Amino acid sequence: MSFWQSRRIPLASLMLIRQPVRLAVALAGISFAGILMFMQLGFRDGLFDASVTVHRRFDADLVLISPRSTSSVRMAGFPERRLVQSMADADVEGITSVHWSLMLWRNPETRTTRSILGLGFDPEDPFFINPDLPPEAALLSQKGRVLFDERSRPEFGPVAEWFRDGRIVESEISGNRVRVAGLVALGTSFGADGNLLTSSETFLDLMPNKAPGSIELGLIRLKPGADAAAVQARLTKLLPNDVRVLTKQGFIDFEQNYWRSSTSIGFIFTLGAAMGFVVGCVIVYQVLYTDVSDHLPEYATLMAMGYRVVTLVGVVVREGLLLALIGYLPAYLAGQGLYWFVRDATRLPVGMDFTRAFTVFMMILVMCMLSAGLAMRRLVDADPAEIF
Amino acid sequence: MAAAVSIEGLSHWYGRGTNSRQVLQGVDLSIQPGEVVLLTGPSGCGKTTLLTLIGALRKVQQGQVEVLGQSLNGASRGSRQRLRRKIGMIFQGHNLLRCLTAEQNVQMGADLLLDQSYLARRDLAREWLRAVGLGDHLNKLPHDLSGGQKQRVAIARALAAHPRLLLADEPTAALDSTTGREVVDLLKRLAREQDCSVLMVTHDPRILDVADRLVKMEDGRLFSSVG
Repeated sequence: MSFWQSRRIPLASLMLIRQPVRLAVALAGISFAGILMFMQLGFRDGLFDASVTVHRRFDADLVLISPRSTSSVRMAGFPERRLVQSMADADVEGITSVHWSLMLWRNPETRTTRSILGLGFDPEDPFFINPDLPPEAALLSQKGRVLFDERSRPEFGPVAEWFRDGRIVESEISGNRVRVAGLVALGTSFGADGNLLTSSETFLDLMPNKAPGSIELGLIRLKPGADAAAVQARLTKLLPNDVRVLTKQGFIDFEQNYWRSSTSIGFIFTLGAAMGFVVGCVIVYQVLYTDVSDHLPEYATLMAMGYRVVTLVGVVVREGLLLALIGYLPAYLAGQGLYWFVRDATRLPVGMDFTRAFTVFMMILVMCMLSAGLAMRRLVDADPAEIF
Repeated sequence: MAAAVSIEGLSHWYGRGTNSRQVLQGVDLSIQPGEVVLLTGPSGCGKTTLLTLIGALRKVQQGQVEVLGQSLNGASRGSRQRLRRKIGMIFQGHNLLRCLTAEQNVQMGADLLLDQSYLARRDLAREWLRAVGLGDHLNKLPHDLSGGQKQRVAIARALAAHPRLLLADEPTAALDSTTGREVVDLLKRLAREQDCSVLMVTHDPRILDVADRLVKMEDGRLFSSVG
């Protein structure tokens, strides 16, 4: 049957359009629920994503950590010679040791201190993939020089602004004077409000309690074509159990799993999104239920005229479908705006990605269909025999 | 030609068991194609019940009912729904869809004709509205129409589905005498042109003369008289 043959009066859309107040209430409810879901899921993903911004930058195939390390904020040391031992494997091409610890940074403007994540490495052998370290990285070989993460939270002081203005920015870490030699762009995470890069030598000066010969992270680069999993298995066998061998992805998962399982962050944000879903369901159900109730005599009239119940059910379903489609649009736009605002305010890497946009759309769709399904039970009360 | 409606020994009860109340008692009635029958009687005597039974809106409990050649005894929900497509109904209140314009309301009737295209059905709706004298009010919502105009839209909607039988329950109840007269005359004329039988329940003594036949009902029984 062709389109024009089967076309009917678009009852569902006319019912929505001709009742603008009801439509507005429904759309406001759906948008609100959508925004809530976008916000909660965005925060959740953003926080988990942010927790590994630094991890992702390492140019390594395998990573050594201490089995006592639980996360980026609690990194324990292990003997550096384990990293050297791994060179015994034929597939290992290169190694780099990294010092990793939280330090107290003094804000050069307000003189207050705050915890910052400091990484110490050999400036001759940088370990970041992209973007490459700035030319100032070479200055790190001078003692007391650091590279400051320009995406650090503003509580650390206007370091980046001052540096760009050409001023000499000096501050203090654990009572030792340091000078900012350059800027890098990394980003904040759960554990770290800011990041600092320095040479291993300066790092050990700043943290005199660290045992020499002990490192927190060992990066291993493999020869092209080497099987990372196989080398991981060989190294695990070769090295004593005072180190853990992880692939780079395993290292990222290790960090994310900590925040996922050892904290209630994932649960809380998922619960928040679920709340949005429930609130949306209630609002859409209320609107559709009242709509069906108000039009009950009209539905009964249509049944008396010979329309099938299925047709009337179709009207309610279509109303739900239309509400989902129209309501998603403002929710999506508001979500975009919200993410922009959150990025600006918290410097968390929260952004609209296709998966989340699709997830929220599906949730709104399910929400509206569920509500329509519940509301259409009211149609049972449409008795055409009662309207005479 | 077979009768449009033929009823023998129809009885109907509301409620169950000891609380049940008999509203129809052995009703016999037959309506010929094209005949206009008026049904009068005091309120609560079972007129509306009879109308809903003929209109295939209720299940027949006892007696024989045949409408437009189809027996309604034990008819399923689906077959009653299909039969209703051939029956036009006009209600005491106009029962128009508030969200639809006059034209769209009439097209809801025309949309039951599955063998015609959308545009043909729309033209049909416009034609019917012109036939009831509302050619200038196609795009008005029921809200903006007077009582008489609304009832005329309802007539157009009922006739747009090409019914073989038209059931009307006090179509003039909400109208003043002049308008009521006009509406009934219009109804009769259009039904005649379509060769459509009409069964109209009314209290209104001013319109009794449009009937081919007058039927009186009292306490669930029919008393025929020639009109």
